[in-house]
Amino acid sequence: MFFLNLVLKNLFRHKLRTLLTLTGLVVAILAFGLLQTVVHAWYAGSDMASAQRLITRNAISLVFPIPTWYRERIRAIDGVTDIATSNWFGGIYKDAKPTNFFAQFAVDHENFFSLYPEFIVKPEELAAFKKERRGAMVGRLLADQHGFKPGDVIPVKGTIYPGNWEFIVTGIYEPRDETTVTRQLYFHWDYLNEEAKKRYPRRADQVGVFIVQIADGSRAAEISQAIDKEFRNSLGETLTETEKAFQLGFIAQTETIVLAIRVVSFVVIVIIFAVVANTMAMTARERMTEYATFKALGFGPAFVAAMILAESVLVTLVGGGLGILATFPVAAGFKAALGTMFPVFKVTQDTVLLQAACAVAVGVAAGILPATRAARVRIVEGLRHIG
Amino acid sequence: MSAPAPGGAPLVRIARLAKGYRRGGEAVPVLSDITLDIAAGDFVALMGPSGSGKSTLLNLVAGIDKPDSGELLVGGLDITRLGEAELADWRASNVGFIFQFYNLMPVLTAFENVELPLLLTSLSRAQRRERVTTALGLVDLTDRMSHYPNELSGGQQQRVAIARALVSDPTIIVADEPTGDLDRKSAGEVLALLKRLNAEMGKTIIMVTHDAHAAESARRIVHLEKGELVGAEAGG
Repeated sequence: MFFLNLVLKNLFRHKLRTLLTLTGLVVAILAFGLLQTVVHAWYAGSDMASAQRLITRNAISLVFPIPTWYRERIRAIDGVTDIATSNWFGGIYKDAKPTNFFAQFAVDHENFFSLYPEFIVKPEELAAFKKERRGAMVGRLLADQHGFKPGDVIPVKGTIYPGNWEFIVTGIYEPRDETTVTRQLYFHWDYLNEEAKKRYPRRADQVGVFIVQIADGSRAAEISQAIDKEFRNSLGETLTETEKAFQLGFIAQTETIVLAIRVVSFVVIVIIFAVVANTMAMTARERMTEYATFKALGFGPAFVAAMILAESVLVTLVGGGLGILATFPVAAGFKAALGTMFPVFKVTQDTVLLQAACAVAVGVAAGILPATRAARVRIVEGLRHIG
Repeated sequence: MSAPAPGGAPLVRIARLAKGYRRGGEAVPVLSDITLDIAAGDFVALMGPSGSGKSTLLNLVAGIDKPDSGELLVGGLDITRLGEAELADWRASNVGFIFQFYNLMPVLTAFENVELPLLLTSLSRAQRRERVTTALGLVDLTDRMSHYPNELSGGQQQRVAIARALVSDPTIIVADEPTGDLDRKSAGEVLALLKRLNAEMGKTIIMVTHDAHAAESARRIVHLEKGELVGAEAGG
């Protein structure tokens, strides 16, 4: 009790200094948490990926399509339980502003949603979707952003598939949990293909990727090889990989940015370590006579060291705790400001633990040198010390 | 030269004590061949000019520094043979410290400062409270027990420090220039208090001072010069 009382009193001895150190800690831990959340958000799509889904695409590049007739050949391969087409549409809604951007995919309307159980769809809305040729299923996040509701007509200007397109909202799909991204619009592949036959016939009956459902995730590599082997030496060789690997392939294109964010987040911690270490060194230097007096009175070097370490850890715990608490509302504000840029922008438990670990590590590391010095100083030297 | 205790078995026995420091690779002797006995209940003033080694001698007797050679027995125990931890325990139960600049903890009240040495004992909270109140009563500061050092005058702070030195009922009280930072009136009060502690409570006090007037309060005055004991005389 006495020890804690002493540490607390020492902590607020120089109120302005402590306040400034705490402010620095709050900002640093908050910044660290936000940057880590950005990194998590970057990987959100791959986190959602299922081990039971493979993606088959053109082996040369994703920009080259593959024939739709591959579908039945793939479906026949051992281990494959279902398959659906998915084609990037790339249309512009309203204007080219980033805030109005959202992904549109042409998919097999009959079975696409059965391959994605993480999208919760109302049976009547799914039935309506299957029935309506121009029907579209809109994710909850996207619907909330633009106020889409069943019956609305969404006009989209095609870029890859030039011309004006209209989709009728037949339903809103909900996320299964917070990791599920619901920022996309899905419409009928058949609608796209029929229009393609009329408008640009050479591009008909070709698709971007196949989503392949398999029964056993542990056989993913074997089945992927079997699929690619099926089309070896053809005009459209395929590359099949797990959905996660496919998503990570996209992220890899921006890996340098992610790496930079990660590095900056830890640089922030190093900077705050230097600030706290300087504060603690200054504090311990000023109080050297007091530490010597404690030792003269019979208190051991361990007591003196513990006093400094406890003060250092306490200040980082308070600052870190406030920083962690501030992360949640600030992250919410950040998410609101960014719109749907990061569909999943959630402060995870891992981030909070990492923030807390960093705060404690900074406290221990910043206090250890002055604590050791104070514990080792000879009493007569300490008593002569002028802080 | 040696100075024997004025009768009876000495509480502090110092024999052929030597201490030096190394400065820039060169050995600088501070004390050499000091032999001195201090009896229980004595009040000794160590006097001498700056650099005479009086504070070093006090530090050695108080167990906060170690000699290079010689014997130093306090209450029959050779404290030069004790390790750091043992020495800390020994100081806690045998030595009361009074410093020139009081060395009170600024974040603790007068009561808490006086209580400090008792935290190293097995006394209960109630027993500690009683001892602290008694000690503060002896220095006439009971009404200031909840005050912080910066709310007290220099003389009052030194009286709190004296209470802290007394509270654990140590074998000896060492005082390093206890009046060095005080005005004449406060210095007089502190010296009178030390004298009373020695006369009425039988406390053994070793005080370093360069003030002849302060030294007059002691029973015995021991003179040091250039690290050597050069004389001893009766005090006031």
